[in-house]
Amino acid sequence: MYPSRFDYYQATTLSELFDLISEHGEEMIEFLAGGHSLLPMMKTGLASPDILIDLNNIEELHGVEQNETTTCIGAMERYSDISRNNIAKTNCPVLTEAVSLVGDIQVRNRGTLGGNIAHNDPASDPPAAILASQATLHVHGPSGKRTIKEDDFFTGLYETSLEDDEILTKIEIQNIGNGGGAYLKKPSPSSGYAMIGTAVVLHSTDGIIDTARVAVIGAVDHATRLTGVEDALVGSPATHESAISAAEHALEGIEDYMVMEDLQASAEYREHLIGVYAKRATMAAIDNLPK
Amino acid sequence: MFSEYIYGEKNMSEHDITLTVNNTEHKLVIESRRLLIHTLRDELGYTGPNVGCESSLCGACTVHLNGSAVKSCTILAVQANNADITTVEGLAQHGTLHPIQSSFQEEHGLQCGYCTPGMMMTALDFLKHHPDPSRDEIREGLEGNLCRCTGYHNIVNAVESTAKKLAEISSGGSA
Ligand SMILES: Cc1cc2nc3c(=O)[nH]c(=O)nc-3n(C[C@H](O)[C@H](O)[C@H](O)COP(=O)(O)OP(=O)(O)OC[C@H]3O[C@@H](n4cnc5c(N)ncnc54)[C@H](O)[C@@H]3O)c2cc1C
Ligand code: FES
Ligand code: FES
Repeated sequence: MYPSRFDYYQATTLSELFDLISEHGEEMIEFLAGGHSLLPMMKTGLASPDILIDLNNIEELHGVEQNETTTCIGAMERYSDISRNNIAKTNCPVLTEAVSLVGDIQVRNRGTLGGNIAHNDPASDPPAAILASQATLHVHGPSGKRTIKEDDFFTGLYETSLEDDEILTKIEIQNIGNGGGAYLKKPSPSSGYAMIGTAVVLHSTDGIIDTARVAVIGAVDHATRLTGVEDALVGSPATHESAISAAEHALEGIEDYMVMEDLQASAEYREHLIGVYAKRATMAAIDNLPK
Repeated sequence: MFSEYIYGEKNMSEHDITLTVNNTEHKLVIESRRLLIHTLRDELGYTGPNVGCESSLCGACTVHLNGSAVKSCTILAVQANNADITTVEGLAQHGTLHPIQSSFQEEHGLQCGYCTPGMMMTALDFLKHHPDPSRDEIREGLEGNLCRCTGYHNIVNAVESTAKKLAEISSGGSA
């Protein structure tokens, strides 16, 4: 299991990175973040870049910073650092819970938030948390910067709205403030990836839910909001009964082709899980609302 | 660092690197695609870390890279340039076993021993962040390491006993 030959470059600044990209415009380039999706793919021949550009030493891609209503996490921040970061734990508890459930200790010591959501594996954990928490994805390309809203970022199976020569620089997540949230995962017994992962963020006033974001991954081909559940929750009392009746709307808007099916679980079972996890994650989020 | 010029062109498929393994510095030239595990075992002779699956699943190749447990089959050797690496060979000091090694021995935490170097390196990273773990936490912490022999029970015992020894050492008692 050896990757085929490639040239390896290290960029230390974003401008160096874009120089390298334009210098090698004709060749097949991959960016190396945590390498925990890319290197396995290179070893099995699913990816064979001519050029590998290592992002690990680009200072601008690191760091966690708290703003008034948002928290910015550098794309190259690793899961283990994010899950131990107090700013992130306070402001984005749904994301920190999701990253703390990724893989195992060794995977969490290498994998990065930016690499994860750029790769957009259908069985990843963080994309559902990003979708439920709401975030602005900061992107940088040779022709400049732009931002993408979470709802426009995850477009399909391993597909995002990033262009090939663009890189994700930071993920700006909405602080949960006085909301309540939860991320619940059923890991695949063999791989540990999400058979289903469900993220919920709620806000309430006087015991009535006034905003609800519910997103699922693992059971479907890319992180997707359960808008039927969200709509049913808004205006309902913040109680377990509301979670149970809202979860009946879990499959609204989920198309048949989106539901994953493999040796581990049939589409029918995964559809069942979407309802069960919508209910349980919503109950947990309700329990986490400040009293 | 990248000093090779072959046919008048900079050759980026090969690199000069420096690895500090168990406090010994090594300088070598490696291909870009060389995995850290193979450099450690084949070029440098550190055969403590083992190759189980070569696909990030079994943890037998786990070493510490700048203090954190990583699967060395899923890191390029060139990425470890200028890093500090600790392999299981670096645990014993002056002929005295590390507490985790004596615990694995006392608790019969190994049978064939193939998974053991990786188990110990992961467990030490885990204990750094969970100095007083429950048995369930230990099992979760070792999720990325497979053992085909022991049934894990004695491995959990060994890690539990290591935690106690490390706590005694840090509170000034003798292990
Ligand atoms: C044993 C094992 C178990 C795992 N279990 C889980 C799990 O339970 N849950 C889970 O979510 N994931 C899991 N993963 C995957 C892991 O989370 C990966 O780390 C993640 O999918 C990719 O992130 P990375 O930083 O490793 O990126 P890389 O593998 O380095 O890169 C992935 C892709 O993204 C591109 N890329 C990287 N960074 C950027 C950037 N900043 N901008 C643009 N493009 C970029 C790369 O070019 C590449 O195409 C597991 C992996 C392994 C090996
Ligand atoms: S050999 Fe590296 S994880 Fe199995
Ligand atoms: S002791 Fe044989 S694999 Fe663990």
